[in-house]
Amino acid sequence: MTTIQLEETPHLAYLLRLADSALINAHRLSEWCGHAPMLEEDLALTNVALDLLGQARLLYEHAAAVDGNEWREDDLAYRRDAPQFRNLLITELPRGDFAFTIVRQALLSAFFHPFWQRAQGSTDRALAAIAGKAEKEVAYHLRHSGAWLVRLGDGTEESRRRTVDALDALWSYTGELFEVDPVGEAMIEAGIGPDPETIRPVFEQTIDRLVDEAGLARPPGTWMQSGGLRGVHTEHLGHLLAVMQHLQRAYPGAVW
Amino acid sequence: MMAEQPMPLWEVFIRSRTGLAHRHVGSVHAPDAGLALDAARDTYTRRGEGLSIWVVPSSAITASDPAEKGSLFEPTASKIYRHPSFYDIPEEVGHM
Repeated sequence: MTTIQLEETPHLAYLLRLADSALINAHRLSEWCGHAPMLEEDLALTNVALDLLGQARLLYEHAAAVDGNEWREDDLAYRRDAPQFRNLLITELPRGDFAFTIVRQALLSAFFHPFWQRAQGSTDRALAAIAGKAEKEVAYHLRHSGAWLVRLGDGTEESRRRTVDALDALWSYTGELFEVDPVGEAMIEAGIGPDPETIRPVFEQTIDRLVDEAGLARPPGTWMQSGGLRGVHTEHLGHLLAVMQHLQRAYPGAVW
Repeated sequence: MMAEQPMPLWEVFIRSRTGLAHRHVGSVHAPDAGLALDAARDTYTRRGEGLSIWVVPSSAITASDPAEKGSLFEPTASKIYRHPSFYDIPEEVGHM
């Protein structure tokens, strides 16, 4: 049995949400390696993936310290099952086409850039330090994915259709970004995590600017998906974990 | 059939931490100048190489004709006095 069990305090659960979202997002982006529409984007998308993987590592390392047991970052990444993952659902959806990947990254970056800016003032000093690094990285992710979103929306008939489809498919997954459950409340209370409501106007302004420049409109839908934060996932996460965790599950403790 | 434009080519120049001038490092494909800058950043500054990037449409470059290399470059071969190797450099100057 290689699966570990954790006693999730609000603080640990909160760090796992951030770490898991970064890791799963990074994994989906890494699936483009060798498959992107052009060499330049192959490099660009995997650069973003590596930034996010770096953030995930720092967050897991910090989570392991907060947990206080013997688990290391690799145990947290490779030895938990899908219901124990706390990532946002939007990060686990299959990579789709290039437009889908770009729109997902723009939505995530439009949220996480102001998120990390605010998290630099966290009372959790380690999280504040991670935020300082992540903020610069995500600023570039937003610049890159935003630039492509505008050009795809304002590009050919096909690129526009694919971008509209991606926006429609992904929009209902943005509600989770702003979800505040008891864990979130405790973190806002303790000054560890920013209140997502303070981020909403910045997020909406960014998305409105991008879709406007792209000649598109923000999808009207108001019904939102939910579940990732409490471990209720889409059917896609299990398949992703099977690939991502295979080596450590088959050969526990394997190292390079 | 929809006519697809080939993605334009851009020449990339990077000013490194140590160097003063931008140096040509290679080229990227991108639909416009803004994305060419991003592509250049992602392709050529992965290891902390750069402090500044220029991108120039490859089509904007006028190149010399290799067939004319005889008339363009060979006449200098016999003018070794143009190399600054005939001076004694005073010791105080140090390494140049």
